[in-house]
Amino acid sequence: MAKLTGRELYVDDIPSADHLWGATVRSPSARGRITGVDFGSGVDWSEFVVVTAEDIPGRNAVFLMEYDQPALADGYVRHIHEAVLLLAHPSRETARRAAKLVTVHVETESPVLDFCAEPSTEDIQYGPDNVFKRILIEKDDVEAALAAAPIVVEGEYFTGSQEHVYLETQGMRAHVDGDVVVIQGSMQCPYYVLKALKPMLARDESEIRIIQTPTGGGFGGKEEYPSMIAGHAALLALKSGRPVKLIYDRWEDMAATTKRHPSRVRHRTGVDEQGRLLAQDIEVVLDGGAYLTLSPVVLSRAVIHAAGPYACDAVRIDGRAMLTNAVPFGAFRGFGAPQAFFGLERHMDVVAERLGMDPVEFRRINLIRDGQQTATGQTIKDGVDRLEVLDSALRSSDWTARRAEFDRQNADDPLIKRGLGLAMVHHGAGFTGNGELMLQSVVHVAGTQEGGVEVRTASVEMGQGMTTIFTQLAADRLGLDADSVAIAQPDTHRVPNSGPSVASRTSMVVGFLVEQACDDLRRQLGLADDVRGSAVTEAIKAWYSDSSSADLIGESTYEQPHHIDWDEETYLGDAYGAYAWAAYVAEVEVDLRTYGTRVTNFVAVQEIGRVLNETLARGQIQGGVAQGISWALLEDFRWQDGAMQNCQLTNYIIPTSDDLPPIQVEFLETPYPFGAQGSKGIGELPMDGPGPAIANALAHALGIPATAIPITPERLMGELDSIAALEAS
Amino acid sequence: MSQQTNGPVRGDLPVTGDTIIFRCQLNGVETEIEVDPAERLLDTLRYRLSLTGTKEGCAEGECGACTVLMDGLPVNSCLILSFQAADRQIDTVESLDEAVLAPFLEGGATQCGACTPGVVITANWLLENRDLLDTHRIRELMAGNLCRCTGYDGIVDSIEAALKADGAGGSA
Amino acid sequence: MMAEEPEAIPLAGGTDLLVHWPAHHEAREATYVDLGRIPEIRQHRWTDDALILGGTTTYWDLIRDPRSAKDLPLLVDAARQVGAVQIQARGTWAGNIANGSPAADGVPVLMAYDAVVVVQSERDICEIPLSEFYFGYKKMLLADDQLITSIRVPLAPRTNHRFDKVGSRRAQAIAKVGLATVRAEDGWRVVAASLAPTVCRCPAVEALLDSGKDADTPASFETALAADVSPIDDIRSTAEYRRRVAARLLFFGPGSLGS
Repeated sequence: MAKLTGRELYVDDIPSADHLWGATVRSPSARGRITGVDFGSGVDWSEFVVVTAEDIPGRNAVFLMEYDQPALADGYVRHIHEAVLLLAHPSRETARRAAKLVTVHVETESPVLDFCAEPSTEDIQYGPDNVFKRILIEKDDVEAALAAAPIVVEGEYFTGSQEHVYLETQGMRAHVDGDVVVIQGSMQCPYYVLKALKPMLARDESEIRIIQTPTGGGFGGKEEYPSMIAGHAALLALKSGRPVKLIYDRWEDMAATTKRHPSRVRHRTGVDEQGRLLAQDIEVVLDGGAYLTLSPVVLSRAVIHAAGPYACDAVRIDGRAMLTNAVPFGAFRGFGAPQAFFGLERHMDVVAERLGMDPVEFRRINLIRDGQQTATGQTIKDGVDRLEVLDSALRSSDWTARRAEFDRQNADDPLIKRGLGLAMVHHGAGFTGNGELMLQSVVHVAGTQEGGVEVRTASVEMGQGMTTIFTQLAADRLGLDADSVAIAQPDTHRVPNSGPSVASRTSMVVGFLVEQACDDLRRQLGLADDVRGSAVTEAIKAWYSDSSSADLIGESTYEQPHHIDWDEETYLGDAYGAYAWAAYVAEVEVDLRTYGTRVTNFVAVQEIGRVLNETLARGQIQGGVAQGISWALLEDFRWQDGAMQNCQLTNYIIPTSDDLPPIQVEFLETPYPFGAQGSKGIGELPMDGPGPAIANALAHALGIPATAIPITPERLMGELDSIAALEAS
Repeated sequence: MSQQTNGPVRGDLPVTGDTIIFRCQLNGVETEIEVDPAERLLDTLRYRLSLTGTKEGCAEGECGACTVLMDGLPVNSCLILSFQAADRQIDTVESLDEAVLAPFLEGGATQCGACTPGVVITANWLLENRDLLDTHRIRELMAGNLCRCTGYDGIVDSIEAALKADGAGGSA
Repeated sequence: MMAEEPEAIPLAGGTDLLVHWPAHHEAREATYVDLGRIPEIRQHRWTDDALILGGTTTYWDLIRDPRSAKDLPLLVDAARQVGAVQIQARGTWAGNIANGSPAADGVPVLMAYDAVVVVQSERDICEIPLSEFYFGYKKMLLADDQLITSIRVPLAPRTNHRFDKVGSRRAQAIAKVGLATVRAEDGWRVVAASLAPTVCRCPAVEALLDSGKDADTPASFETALAADVSPIDDIRSTAEYRRRVAARLLFFGPGSLGS
C-alpha cells in the first residue's frame, strides 16, 4: 500500500539534509589514452569536491567476476561515457552543470565496433583475441549427422540491444558513520555491491554496510551497475566527509548503464522428411561491450538454451562473447536466453516451411518427452505434459481457425495483413549448473519478542512481489498470520547472504530456504515438525521471556538436490534443477500504408510448478511479455561509436497502455519438489517467447524473412522491398 | 502550513540567489513556501515539501511518473515551473486515501511502484470523471503513464474492477 | 511588458520549453512571461463563421467542447494524438505554432482549415494566414515583442477530413509523418508535417487531387510530394520511409476517393 500512497521511500526520497549531490564526468571517446582534463570556467571550483582515480583507497576496479573494469578510468578509456572523475556540490543543478564544464582530452585510437568481425592485431584489448568467454557444447557427432541428414537448413538471426527502462533511475546515497561506510540505494544484489566495494575501498565487511532501498524496477539492470555507482558515492562521501547523493537522470542512466547483449545466432539444422530433428549446429555470438561484467554467465545461459525444448541426438553449440568498445552489456531479464530463442524459434518455422510442414506439427514431433535429453545431456523427467502446454496455447488462440481466416483475409485485403505466430521455450530457474552450490545461500528466520518471525534474506523487493511471497511462505510453514511475519530490509549488517535477486531464483531457491529456516526455528524451539500456529507463537514468546536466551534464529543453507549432476568442464549434465515450459502465440496486424505492426492478441501458456500467488504470477508474465513485444517491435538503438544516441524516453520507445493488447495468461501446474511450495522460477521465462512468436507471425502475414529484431516499420518496409525484388528477378 | 509529508523539509535544494514566494492550495491546504524562480513544481514538491510520492522518471513529459492534478486535470509536474502553479489547486498522490486505492492493490496495478503514484493520480481522475469514457477508452486515457513492470493489464483491470464495483462500465 | 523586455520568452503550457529543464542551464537564467496570468486569452469562442482560439487555449479545452468534433473534427483528431492527457491539458495551440516544430500535430490541422494567426504587440495587431507564417526551420513571422493572442479558424463547408499521424507508438509520440487533408469548396488542402523544415501546404499534391485524375500507384503521389517537401533522415526515421509512407497515405486516403 505504501507504493500506492506515495509513502514508499526510494533512495532519492529519503529525508536527508546537509548532503552533497554527486555528478560524473565521462569519456567523450570510445577508446584511447587520456591526455588531460580541463576544468572550464563558469563555476567556482573551490566549492566542489573532486574525486579521481588517485583517490581510490584500494584497487581501482568494480569487481564481480574479474578486476578488468575500473571504477574511474585511469589514463585509458574503453567506451564513451566511461566514468573518468567525480564531482560533488550542495546544489544538484550546479553539480550537473559543472560536469559539463569539464573537458576530458583523449588521444583516440580506433574503436572495435563490430562484434561479428575478426579482430585485427591493433583491435586486441582482452586476452589474445578479444574473446571474453567461449563455451562449446558437443553431444554426439554433429558433422556426421549433418552429412547424413536428407535436408539441411541454414539460418542467421540478429537481435538488437535493449535498455531496461526501470522507471526509477539508478541512484545511491553514501555516508560515513564512524568507521563504517554506509550505502543506501536501488539494487538487486546487496552482496554484489559489498563484494565490489571491499577491494575498491580496501575495507572489510564490518566497515562497509550496504542497505537496499525499495527498488523501482530492475530487470537485471540493477545487478552489476549499482556497484559502480555505490563505489562512486562512497568515494565522494569519504573525500568530502559529507553524505552524498548520486542519482542518475534518465539521460545518464540510458547512456552509461548496462544493456542487453546484441546477438548473432546461426543455425545449421539437419532433418528428415518426416520432420525429425537429426542435428543442430548452432553458433551464438554476443556483443559484450567494453568490459567483462557478467558476459560469461549470460553466454552460458544463451548456449544452454540455444537448442530449445527439443530432443535431438547430435548437437553442437559454439558460443562466444566478444569485446567491443561499446558501453558494457550486462544482465537483462532472460540473460541471453531471449537472444538464443529468437534465433531458434524463428528458425524452427523456417525449417518447417522448407519441409512443407505445419510449424506446430514440426514442434510437436520434436518436443522433448520425459526420459529424453536436452542439448547438455540432461534427462528430463519432471512429469510435465509439454504437449498439453502447446495444445492449451493453440486452443486459447484458436490457432487453426485463425490461421486459416487470416490466410483468406490477407488474400483479399491489400492493406491490412494479419498473422499468427508460435514460439515454444523453456527457461532454467536458478543459477546454472553448480552455481547455486558455489553460492551457498543462507537464510535466517528470526523469532521476535512479540511471538512473530522476521525473515532475513538478501533478496530484494523490486516489484516482483518478494515480500508478499516470503510472507506467505513463512506464514504457511509456521501456521502464523501474515501480520506476524516481517520481512527484513536487505542490509549486509543484518541479513545473511542468500545470493542475488536474479536468475528467477528468489521464490524457488531462496523461498525454499525460507521454508527450511522456518523448520529449523521450530526445531530450536523443541517443537515437532507438525506444530503450527499459536503453539509456535507461544513457544517463541516463551523463548524470549527467559532474558538470558540468545536471539532465536532459524537458519538454512542451500544444499544441491541429489538429482543435479553438472560437469563445468564439458558443459554436460543437469544445467538446471528445473525448467519452466511455455508456448506463446502472437497475433499481429500490419498496416501496409505505414508498415506499422500491432500485436492484437497474445496468449501465454506456461507450466511453472505451483503458482504461489495468482496476481503476482500473472503480473510477472504480462510484464515480461510486454517487454518482449517491445524488444521485438519498438526498441531501436541509434549507435554512434558504441554509444547510444537516443537516450530519452521520447526517442527510445517503450509501449504505452494503448500500444499493447490484453495479454492472456494461463498456468499449468506440476509441483517441483525442491522449490518453495512446489514452485519454479518464472521471472525471466516470459521474455523468451514474444520475439520469435511475433517474427513468426509477421512471416505468416507477409512472407518476409523476419530474421532480425526489432522489426520497426522502416525495417519491415525494407524486408518487403527485398522480397518484392526477389519475386521480380 | 499543515502538510502531510514524508518527512522534514530537506536540504536538497539550497536556496541561493533571488527567491520568490510560491503559494497554492496543495492537497486542500493553503501552502506558502520560498522557491527558486527557475524551479519546477516537481522539485518544489519533492525537495522543499518532502512530498516525494511524485517521482521524476524522464524530466521531459513522457513517462507521467510526476503526474499531479492542477485545477483538477492531470499534468506533468516536471513541465511546470512552480510560479506557473501559483494560486492553483494542486493535488498529489499523498491526497488520495487508502480506500480509493484498494482496487489497485488487488488488481495487480503496482509492481515496482515507481510509476504508481502517477498511475493512480490519472486513474483516480478517470474514475471521478466517468463521462470521459463516453468519448475515450481507458487505455487512451492512461497512455501518459508509462509502466515497465505490468504490461498495463493489471492497471486496466484494476480500473475496470473499480468501475464495475460502482456499477459503471467502460471499454479498455 | 513584452515591449519593455523584448528578450522575455512567453511561456504558456511549457510542454516544449521546459523539457529537460534541469539540464538547460542557459534557459534557466532567461526571463519568462507567464501567459497563464492573462486569463482573457485562455477562452475559445465560436462566432457565426469561425472558431476563435485564445492565445492559451489548450488541446484539452477543445477536446472537451463537443462542438469541435462536429464542426472541425481534425482539431480533435490531432489534439487527441498530442502526447497524452497530461500534455493535452497543458499544451496550447498557439504554443504549438510559436514553437515552430516541423513535427507539430496542431499546426497541420489548423493550416488545413485555413487558420489565421492573430499576432499582437504594443505597436499593432496583424493577421497572418498560418500557411504563410513560416519561412524556414523554426523561422516565422513573429518578432520578439509580438505574441500570438488568438487564432481564427474559419468555418466552411468541407468534406473528407483526415489526419494521419505516423508515430513510433500510439500515444506519446512525435510524428515521423503527419498529413492533414480536407476538401474545401475551392479544392483540397494537403498539409504535411515532419516532411520539410516547417509544417507546409503541398500545392503539387493538392493540384493532383484537384485534377480529379485517378492515380494508379502511390508513386504518382511520390512525384507530386517531391515538389512539395524534402524529408530527411534523423533520429526518428528515414527520408525514404517518410517519402514513401506519405505517398501511400495519400494514395490510399484521399487519392482513393475517385473524382
